[in-house]
Amino acid sequence: MKFGVVVFPGSNCDQDCFYVIKDVLKKPVRYIWHKDTDVDGLDCVILPGGFSYGDYLRTGAIARFSPVMKSIAGFARKGGTVIGICNGFQILLEAGLLPGVMLRNRYLHFVCKHVYVKTENNHTRFTSLYNTEQILKIPIAHNEGNYYIDAAGLKELRDNNQIVFRYCSATGEISDQFNPNGALDNIAGIMNKKGNVLGMMPHPERSSERELGSQDGYFIFRSILKWLKTQRTW
Amino acid sequence: MKPDVYRSLGLSDKEYRNIVKILKRKPTNTELAMFSVEWSEHCGYTRSRKWLKLLPKTGKYKTLIGEDSGGIIIDGLAIIFKMESHNHPSQVEPKQGAATGVGGIIRDIFTAGARPIALLNSLRFGPLSQAYNKYLFTGVIDGIQFYGNCVGVPTVGGEIYFDQSYAGNCLVNAMCIGIAKKGKLVRARAFGKENSIMYVGSSTGRDGIGGCSILASHEFKEGEEKRPTVQIGDPFTEKCLIEATLEAINTGYVVGIKDMGAAGLTCCTSEMASAGNSGMDIELQAVPRREENMEPWELMMSESQERMLICIKRGKEDQIKKIFLKWDLNASVIGKVTNDGVVTIRDNGKIAAQIKAHSLTKAPIYDMPYRKPKYLRELNKLELSKILKPKDYNKVLRKLLAAPSIANKSWVYEQYDHMVQTNTVVLPGSNAAILRLKGTNKAIAATSDCNSRYCFLNPYRGAQIAVAEAARNLICSGAHPAAVTDCLNFGNPEKPESFWQFKNCVEGIRDACRLFNIAVVSGNVSFYNESPQSAINPTPTIGMIGIVNDINKICSQNFKQEGDVVILLGYSREELGASEYLKEIYNLTKGNAPQLDLKLEQAVQKTALKVIEKGLVNSAHDCSEGGLAVALAECCVSNKDKMIGVNINNLNYDMRRDALLFGESQSRIILSCSNDSVEKIRKIALEFKAPFCAIGKTCGRVLRILNGTEELIYLPLEDLYKEWGGSLKKEIEG
Repeated sequence: MKFGVVVFPGSNCDQDCFYVIKDVLKKPVRYIWHKDTDVDGLDCVILPGGFSYGDYLRTGAIARFSPVMKSIAGFARKGGTVIGICNGFQILLEAGLLPGVMLRNRYLHFVCKHVYVKTENNHTRFTSLYNTEQILKIPIAHNEGNYYIDAAGLKELRDNNQIVFRYCSATGEISDQFNPNGALDNIAGIMNKKGNVLGMMPHPERSSERELGSQDGYFIFRSILKWLKTQRTW
Repeated sequence: MKPDVYRSLGLSDKEYRNIVKILKRKPTNTELAMFSVEWSEHCGYTRSRKWLKLLPKTGKYKTLIGEDSGGIIIDGLAIIFKMESHNHPSQVEPKQGAATGVGGIIRDIFTAGARPIALLNSLRFGPLSQAYNKYLFTGVIDGIQFYGNCVGVPTVGGEIYFDQSYAGNCLVNAMCIGIAKKGKLVRARAFGKENSIMYVGSSTGRDGIGGCSILASHEFKEGEEKRPTVQIGDPFTEKCLIEATLEAINTGYVVGIKDMGAAGLTCCTSEMASAGNSGMDIELQAVPRREENMEPWELMMSESQERMLICIKRGKEDQIKKIFLKWDLNASVIGKVTNDGVVTIRDNGKIAAQIKAHSLTKAPIYDMPYRKPKYLRELNKLELSKILKPKDYNKVLRKLLAAPSIANKSWVYEQYDHMVQTNTVVLPGSNAAILRLKGTNKAIAATSDCNSRYCFLNPYRGAQIAVAEAARNLICSGAHPAAVTDCLNFGNPEKPESFWQFKNCVEGIRDACRLFNIAVVSGNVSFYNESPQSAINPTPTIGMIGIVNDINKICSQNFKQEGDVVILLGYSREELGASEYLKEIYNLTKGNAPQLDLKLEQAVQKTALKVIEKGLVNSAHDCSEGGLAVALAECCVSNKDKMIGVNINNLNYDMRRDALLFGESQSRIILSCSNDSVEKIRKIALEFKAPFCAIGKTCGRVLRILNGTEELIYLPLEDLYKEWGGSLKKEIEG
């Protein structure tokens, strides 16, 4: 059961993800340098948050050309588990591994705080340990988390249950008031049709330990682990 | 040489004569430029050094003092930290000024071999009612978020104040904390004949030329165009530099590193050679550059950002180069270490400058005259009887809570990534930020403090209070105050009144630090903070680090549950001098700073820390600006998701009600605890001789304060939160 954390120049949550896998989840993990193409032997690839290439162009727009991205696309095609967090989500969108685009936050500010998201789909390899509609307290920290997709795309996401997380209140109410960045339909995380690639703006690695004020994100990693285990025994 | 040449570089006639004497000949243009920056106040501390020597360098924790930063050692772990100003650049170009301030202080930390783990900022502006101040404020915040968020170091705390004295000269003080295994630290030195000098990082352009000698060492005059002297920041390159540098240090082949900050190559070559008691032979043609036809003096003066100079063991150049190239960074050997003590700068082989390193770095020390300002006699007088007593204390409290200096700063810190690196266990908005040390049971607490109105009205006591308050904030978080970095912001030192403020503040810091037995391990002086309108209030910002011995015993300021007993340690005096209350309600900056009895302060702090470490209390908060009433309000509403009211019904003071509610008496801490802890806390307070009074109980949705039977404050929490929580955003966004 091996995890890989991609390191782009400018990634800054790579070490946090690495730490959670190694010291909290206690599973083997290695870094994948963006110029490398070797993802052999990995079961799950994490694209971490940060500012790949400074995000001086559009977020993720340069990172998607990194040599490693071709390998990750191949890994995903074969059904490998991929999770993109924050900047990682943005890169997955730019790379076409997930549908839609990311716009600047509607108030044009970076926003860092704990928010609540509702688990819209717990029948996924990323969320199977959550209850139906479980509400998670989990931090966000981004400039561009304003998810957008056209009407047909949104319908497709809904029809295929690809929307995994939506921003909500502490009690689960979903409305514009609890939307921190203007994302369409309060979308905080989506997956691909096949269900093996997840992109999410909130940071599960920042909410995996009691000391940090919430452990709600931890069960994403645990869910992945559970899924990988069952895969292995099949 | 014509006097206007060296004068335009900021050198005096006497200094020029001195240079000729040292060189025994006329200086070249490049040499003159090098002397001008090294002998500027900014680099050479020519006016301040005599007094800075007074600050204690040792304390109860083992200290480490390096060339560009300092720290403490705890359990084999070095905690390195420093605060530095970037005031003038921020006043000229707020976004880039603040951004490069953050970048510079981060480099001072990781060039010591420590991984930067947190940033704090102390910011001061003129009133937001003036459009330019609002522009500066939002620009500075934007610069800090732009740089700090991208570079991946969390911005976890700080302070923001607004006062007319900063209207023509804002203050941006940035502090960075880093950690390293003790054996991995590196100094900013070059030594070992034939070892290589390598340039790494961004290429050199013409940006920032004269930034420190021109911009930082003179007052602002009306209408001056100084924008080209501000540097441009690139946090992405800095992030790559952090990783590459730490990787390079890990090889063991690095002899020394220094950031090319103020005065760029000049500073790095001369100071590294001087600190290592060696010399250097540099070829400028090897310097990576981004502009054509740069003259030697321009290359030596440029303050292009994200560059460093490294001294590497001979023969290991390629290994180090490989690391930097992996991160797509420049790495070029530009010279070697010599043992003649001379810095030789060549351009295509031709000598452009040749100076003894020590003569550059031993800048002259000036004994500046000082004099107590005459205006203080008048200002220090405050006849309370002439201050009208307000009719409605609720109205006053609401106004104070909405004052930008007191109001909640979440509009600001939510724009900063304060959680990256997953160490922040107490988020911004409490007494102090707390960062866990992964793999240990310990944590670091950090705060920055200075009430500059106190320092204006009484520099010595004001500076002491800044130290005492910083320590109090750490104590309230459950941390042992451990060491200080200071950022000393003052007006023109050539004016005796300004210099008197400086001298007294330094003495205040010295005496307070001695009493707390903590060292000043690093710091920075920023003079000439003046504009045509006025000089700034003297602002000796204190950055303080504390150690939490058990991460499970940390404490935050908000009330935790209903039915808890609220305790006041310390007591209130009838004093309103220098208060936020006088300023906000009566527009008065008058009276004297609050009294400070350091014995009482210690008794209160020791009591608070002991009861927190014993796990007896649920919250702790110190009383500062706005006094008891504001502190209690903050305890009620700091946690927006769980606000808890309080009924204060055991105060029996015979004094003016406004002084009781809003006076800023020092050495007071508000605790809350469950019923069965009260007696234990009382005993501990008695043991340390700290005044103790159970003043009320948490309950309901209202802040209610009585004195005797007279109800002074009755405000629903929603109203408090509206004022405290929302006013800054309203002020900015309308």
